[in-house]
Amino acid sequence: MLNKLKMVWKNIRRLSGDDAYEQYLQHYLQHQAEHVVLENAEPPLSREAFFKEWQDKKWKGIKRCC
Amino acid sequence: MAVLGAAAISAIALNRGESISALWFIAAAACVYAIAYRFYAAWIAATVLTIDETRATPAERLNNGRDFIPTNKWVVFGHHFAAIAGPGPLVGPTLAAQFGYLPGTLWILIGAVLGGAVQDMVTLFFSTRRNARSLGQMARDEIGPIGGAAALIGTFLIMIILIAVLGLVVVNAMKHSPWATSTVAATIPIAMIVGFYMRVFRPGRVLEATLLGVILLLLAVVGGGWIDHSESLRGLFDHEGLTLAWVIIAYGFAAAVMPVWLLLAPRDYLSTFVKLGTVTLLAVAIIILQPHIHMPAVTQFVDGTGPIFGGKLFPFVFISIACGAISGFHALIASGTTPKLLTSERDIRMIGYGAMLLEGFVAIMAMIAATVLEPGVFFAINSPAGVVGKEAVDAIAKINSWGFAVTVEQMNQLAKDMGESSLFARTGGAPSLAVGMASIFGHAFGKGMLALWYHFAIMFEAIFILTTLDAGTRVGRFMLQDMLGNIWPKIGKTSWMPSVVFTSGLVVAGWGYFLYIGVIDPNGGVNILWPLFGIANQMLAAIALCVATGILVKSGKLKYAWITGLPLTWLVIVTSTAAWQKIFSEDVRVGFFAAANDLSAKLAAGMLPPEKAAVAPHLIFNQQLDAYLTMFFVAVLWVVILDMLRVTLRYLAGKPLLPLTETAYVAVKI
Repeated sequence: MLNKLKMVWKNIRRLSGDDAYEQYLQHYLQHQAEHVVLENAEPPLSREAFFKEWQDKKWKGIKRCC
Repeated sequence: MAVLGAAAISAIALNRGESISALWFIAAAACVYAIAYRFYAAWIAATVLTIDETRATPAERLNNGRDFIPTNKWVVFGHHFAAIAGPGPLVGPTLAAQFGYLPGTLWILIGAVLGGAVQDMVTLFFSTRRNARSLGQMARDEIGPIGGAAALIGTFLIMIILIAVLGLVVVNAMKHSPWATSTVAATIPIAMIVGFYMRVFRPGRVLEATLLGVILLLLAVVGGGWIDHSESLRGLFDHEGLTLAWVIIAYGFAAAVMPVWLLLAPRDYLSTFVKLGTVTLLAVAIIILQPHIHMPAVTQFVDGTGPIFGGKLFPFVFISIACGAISGFHALIASGTTPKLLTSERDIRMIGYGAMLLEGFVAIMAMIAATVLEPGVFFAINSPAGVVGKEAVDAIAKINSWGFAVTVEQMNQLAKDMGESSLFARTGGAPSLAVGMASIFGHAFGKGMLALWYHFAIMFEAIFILTTLDAGTRVGRFMLQDMLGNIWPKIGKTSWMPSVVFTSGLVVAGWGYFLYIGVIDPNGGVNILWPLFGIANQMLAAIALCVATGILVKSGKLKYAWITGLPLTWLVIVTSTAAWQKIFSEDVRVGFFAAANDLSAKLAAGMLPPEKAAVAPHLIFNQQLDAYLTMFFVAVLWVVILDMLRVTLRYLAGKPLLPLTETAYVAVKI
């Protein structure tokens, strides 16, 4: 039961974008090796900077319908 | 399941002369949709599209942790549904209820199963196989440059008409209603507070901020009632429709120029949560309460004399209910946005087909909320003053003469219960939907708070209408910058402020014009704008279906091309007939030119009262403009169809075609 509730909460967070930064960090860490090879080993964005970029990008195209 | 579905539909279809329970509608929709999903959608996925679970999706191959992210299918479903379901499926069925409950309900059931859901799923599939390309890009790559340009221009024009008509719906809900106006006004600072919270105060904490916002919104509904009761404050929010229209136009411009994080993004969170919550609540209330439908199955207005909009049952019921049955706009979400999140092709059926069926459910609930009202009350709220007369007594007499019982006292009492001064001629569908929802909620959760429920429903509609208005203006601006950028590159820079102001101004002027005309038109404006929007939206759906049919043919699946060809043919018949009638009909309530000529003749003969004569030249010009616009829509539609047929014929003749742009197979790794 508790696990199920945790799953629901996880999905609500995912759905709303509440955990977008954590996802980004995870992705960054997983691909860190590649970054080093490519010689553009930038540090990961801060939460604030990431959220800014994420939000601005989200509203570039058609995101809402009639 | 099939037996229950058949029983529910026959109960709806065969019941005459007595009221039937709304539960039959829910049962019919649930059964029809479940069967279609289980068999038709599964067959399309497996046999026609040949979905391949072992093939990696763009989200997996291009995963960048930002926009391309493999995502849990329920989460993608939530994103997709929140994006496609706007105010359209609520407004359309409400307006179409003037024909009775049966025609609209059948079209929502059949149209979604055979048309809308197929369009969404097929578009989602083709875009997924093409690195999440947009509909316009796919049209250009697969059919040719004409199709691509048509999709672009079509989208832009729909946006303009859509925003105008939605603005009009909000204006009609707010005019001379201090409660509604103050509540809707409060949503703006609330959104800004939420915006600051998640941008500056606690960056990225979306859920905390949304929770705060939802609580503030509920307080705003209560606070609006307080303002309404305060003699000194209510005057500040008691305005004519025209004043409110100007305010909305100014607001639309400000919102398009402002940074997204301040207003648009936070309000979108609020509207999504409020929308999902309210729709769920409405479904629960309908199931608990099982309200009875009072509207007849079919009214006399199928002959084209309906007060809400003129025109016969065919084709206009299929035009007025676009969203909920088939909506071309969905193809823009299903291509470009959603495919970037798909983990597996296996999820395409659930997300593409399933989300559209859920939107069909929303449309059915809107139909229920409209038809649980006494028909007399429904027509009193939705008939414009130009049709039934300005005075309450005249309006009631006219509605009684149609055979629908309603009295002035009844309407006054209803207005009082809902905390409004008057509910007459509140066209656009939002107020009657709010009355319907308030009476359903009132019965289910206690009767004492009708006025609160009514204004909650108005706030709920207004908040995502305003989101569509902001988002639409912004998208229109980007498209315009993109188009004008071809002529003068500097204007194509989306961050160059003079260009932002100039193009936003153009877009706002475009929809602002139609909104202005809609407000000064004594016939209410909705009767002109909604069919125009329907024609435009169905045209976009036809373009999407043309692209899909073309790709099916080119992929060697000619024998299955009917799955998109069938709804396409129907849409072409419907839109072309509707457009023909809007242009050439002699009936002044249908034909644009007929209305313009009629008004010019009356103006020349001095038959108009002075206040009407003053606006008549604007109305005449507008009717003519609308006629040309309709011609343009049909022309675009036929150009794309002929282009698609050209591709098909070349394929049959074995002549060379643009190559398929499907990406190469990569095996799933995750």
